[in-house]
Amino acid sequence: MLDYTILKIIWWVLVGVLLIGFAIMDGHDMGVGTLLPFVGKGDTERRVVINTVAPHWDGNQVWFITAGGAVFAAWPLVYATAFSGFYWAMMAVLWSLFFRPVGFDYRSKIENKTWRQTWDIGLFIGGFVPPVIFGVAFGNLLQGVPFYFDNNLLPHYTGSFWALLNPFALLCGLVSSSMIIFHGANYLMLRTEGDIYNRSKIAAMIFGPLTLVLFALAGIWLKMGISGYALVGNYDIGALPNPLDKTVTHEVGAWLKNYSIMPISMAVPALGFVAGLVAILLGKINRPGVGFIFTSLMMAGIIGTAGVSMFPFIMPSSTDPKSSLLVWDSVSSHLTLAVMFWAAVIFVPIIIFYTSWAYKVMSGKVTKEYIEENKHSVY
Amino acid sequence: MQEHLVDISRLQFAITALYHFLFVPLTLGMTFILVIMESTYVMTGKQIYKDMTKFWGKLFGINFALGVTTGITMEFQFGTNWAYYSHYVGDIFGAPLAIEGLMAFFLESTFIGLFFFGWDKLSKQKHLMVTILMAIATNLSALWILIANGWMQNPVGSDFSYVTMRMEMTSFWDVIFNHDAQAKFVHTVSAGYVTGAIFVLAISSYYLLRNKHIEFAKRSFRIAAAFGLAASCSVIVLGDESGYTVSEAQKSKMAALEAMWHTEKAPAGLTLVASIDEKAQKNNWEIKIPYVLGLIGTRSVDKQLPGILEIKAENKERIIKGITAVKMLDELRKNPKNPELAAQFEKVKGDLGYGLLLRKYVTNMDEVTPEIITKAVNDTIPKVAPMFWSFRLMVGLGFTMLFLFIASFYYSVKGNFAEKKWLLTAATLALPFPWIASEVGWFVAEYGRQPWTIYGVLPTHLSVSAFSVANVYGSLAGFIGFYTLLLVVEMYLMIKFARLGPQNYATQH
Ligand code: HDD
Ligand code: HEM
Ligand code: HEM
Repeated sequence: MLDYTILKIIWWVLVGVLLIGFAIMDGHDMGVGTLLPFVGKGDTERRVVINTVAPHWDGNQVWFITAGGAVFAAWPLVYATAFSGFYWAMMAVLWSLFFRPVGFDYRSKIENKTWRQTWDIGLFIGGFVPPVIFGVAFGNLLQGVPFYFDNNLLPHYTGSFWALLNPFALLCGLVSSSMIIFHGANYLMLRTEGDIYNRSKIAAMIFGPLTLVLFALAGIWLKMGISGYALVGNYDIGALPNPLDKTVTHEVGAWLKNYSIMPISMAVPALGFVAGLVAILLGKINRPGVGFIFTSLMMAGIIGTAGVSMFPFIMPSSTDPKSSLLVWDSVSSHLTLAVMFWAAVIFVPIIIFYTSWAYKVMSGKVTKEYIEENKHSVY
Repeated sequence: MQEHLVDISRLQFAITALYHFLFVPLTLGMTFILVIMESTYVMTGKQIYKDMTKFWGKLFGINFALGVTTGITMEFQFGTNWAYYSHYVGDIFGAPLAIEGLMAFFLESTFIGLFFFGWDKLSKQKHLMVTILMAIATNLSALWILIANGWMQNPVGSDFSYVTMRMEMTSFWDVIFNHDAQAKFVHTVSAGYVTGAIFVLAISSYYLLRNKHIEFAKRSFRIAAAFGLAASCSVIVLGDESGYTVSEAQKSKMAALEAMWHTEKAPAGLTLVASIDEKAQKNNWEIKIPYVLGLIGTRSVDKQLPGILEIKAENKERIIKGITAVKMLDELRKNPKNPELAAQFEKVKGDLGYGLLLRKYVTNMDEVTPEIITKAVNDTIPKVAPMFWSFRLMVGLGFTMLFLFIASFYYSVKGNFAEKKWLLTAATLALPFPWIASEVGWFVAEYGRQPWTIYGVLPTHLSVSAFSVANVYGSLAGFIGFYTLLLVVEMYLMIKFARLGPQNYATQH
């Protein structure tokens, strides 16, 4: 069996992979959902937009579900603490996601303008709200979350819902939303033509640069105004997880330490910027196919930046810093990490294989003619 | 206050889970019926079977959308509302849930897209393969979630650690091959097949009664009758298997659902109906078939099934031992590096869960009084009458549906079912039966597990998240609002398209 410490690190990477996979896969259909009311004029155009993701949105959403399940299995304390602490944010995510399955499946089953327009709004909510909330959640993780553990390891959240909506967190929410819209716009360019293509291109040219500006702003703010957390004293990273057994300090600039300890990690934020720039250029010269790879890399860079800055912290506590959750002490047992590691090693490649096949089967532009011809069978 | 929080959280879980399970069984059953129809199409090349697959597939899709919607709630609800539970058993419980995502949900959700949109893009054989994979995936999803749920009923392959203050997995194989989980899996998926079969049977009968879509309805009816007969035999045989595992792992549930107050001489009789007096802890009168329960429950003629009063006496002893375990654990939390204490704790920790039952009433174990112990002992048995009657309702519906399928199958072999008005009427009326049986089945399984979330390990009242009950009231109101709205929309579409029947297909009859 792999060493416990190594497995702890592997799981930090794997959760990152799942989150990035979620952003790439579910992200593009959420971006499409957000753009739906703006790039599609009239019912047929809207149906074109919807049918670029119709066969795939459900599979994509499973990245989110599996990320949730994997956090439960690998970091049970994070699953318990974050989800109960961010209770109303979680409910908002759940309830906005409710609109997606029914929106996609039911919208075009009835020919009635009000009915269809109502579901379009639903699809917009389902695409727009979750990325904003995830960004806000990351913004709060970076500042520390007000919670503590009692002696039985029951988490108590001491903040309010409104406290989550602070300026820095909202900025992170905008970064997240903007990058998802950019990514979705780029995907729509790949799968449509004509007017929809042109409108999507405009969206990409707005939200691409906006993402990079907001990302830079968040970086500056992080350096100047946000105090990070640091582990002090001798800490045994291989020990059995016990979150109350450590000392943590709260200091300005702590989140940038990793970059000076390991300069190579600068590559992660750099990837965000460079890939973002390349994606914008590719969009400009009408190459959305390769552009998709670069918007994906950009998101990997941006999400990775949050992870690398905080490492080894996952969920720092502002109320009681020693209750903070680390990569080392929020994990499940050695055996469970190993079992789940092998499950991921076996299944993730298989999933990528058949997902690619499904995209290949359905590839090509979705056109108005296709919608007209298949009125009763497509979404 | 805390009590209240537990009750409302339970109510929210029960409502959202029961609601999810309105859609699950139909998905489980329909995917296989679609496989049968499409295979027939591929083998015979007859267009009508393709049209049948598409038509029933459309209804299946309407149902599936809500299955997904409500499933997402379930996936996150453990963290949002059952935080201590998630911490305490996530090490074991999280694994099957995550594997379910990796192994089943991805497959199911990717291929359902191709099922609907791939008709013109895939060859016949490839499309059939897609349908088959989709059906396999729904069943895999049931397998993993029931492994998780089976572990809650019978927590094998795990051990408590006082350092991490939680249950930890000791054997993954024990968790997977848990007998309870296997029995639940086969019983529950069979219940799904029954549901799919009744759905197709009832709607086809409705068409036949109305003289609409005759060819279509006749073929669908035959498929449903044959599939349903096999499925309802298996749901009954495997329900009996579930009963056996319950009597092994959860004596209190078995005793409650049989309203068996006292241990009887082996083999015990099976009670058909009884007048239950919960307060006096006895049945005023009952009608029994001698021997049968003992045979089913123990698979022997000499093993005894314990009655409620005997189980209570046994639990009382475990609770008293549990007090020591809880006290030692509290000591150990303050002083974890004391090897002697740790060794002593290992000896008593088997009863830790029973000691924790007292935390519903007191925090400090020195304040425990005999009255409190009596209260905790009474908690260990779920209310008898609801268990007794729900179980009988499920079994009754099971046999009713079996007879319906026997008749349907018999007349479809003879070939004259379309003229048997009474049969078609009965089949139409049976439409809600499998749903009722499944819902009460879950009630029996989950309510019967009370007061535990993890049987014998973690009491329900400790499992909840620590926050104000106002949160749960708010979210519960939201769920009820959303779910009511969604159900109205779903039913509207379902009825509309079922009424309309097959339209715009190559073969119209
Ligand atoms: C016996 C079967 C069974 C049971 C007990 C449950 N489910 Fe379920 N679930 C399914 C069988 C199923 C399914 C057949 O695979 C579904 C139902 C309809 C559907 O669309 O897929 C599904 C859908 C579904 C989805 C959406 C998957 C997707 O996007 O494709 C999630 C996240 C869950 N479920 C999660 C849960 C959780 C956390 C449960 C426990 C508390 C649970 N389900 C109980
Ligand atoms: C979809 C099918 C299911 C239905 C219809 C169902 C039904 C119920 C009901 C009625 C309750 C409330 C019992 C009570 O409080 O008296 C409950 C509680 C609960 N069930 Fe289930 N259940 C289902 C599946 C599951 C599964 C698969 C799991 C775990 C994998 C699970 C875990 C729980 C938990 C954690 C509680 C809350 C704590 C408790 O009250 O014991 N349920 N469920
Ligand atoms: C005569 C037939 C039946 C018998 C003897 C039977 C027996 C049982 C038993 C003992 C349980 C409780 C298992 C536990 O607590 O762990 C159960 C649960 C359940 N039953 Fe049945 N049952 C029968 C028919 C049916 C039918 C017809 C359906 C639905 C179509 C159904 C659906 C369910 C479901 C969904 C559950 C909850 C899941 C589980 O615990 O397996 N049952 N059944």
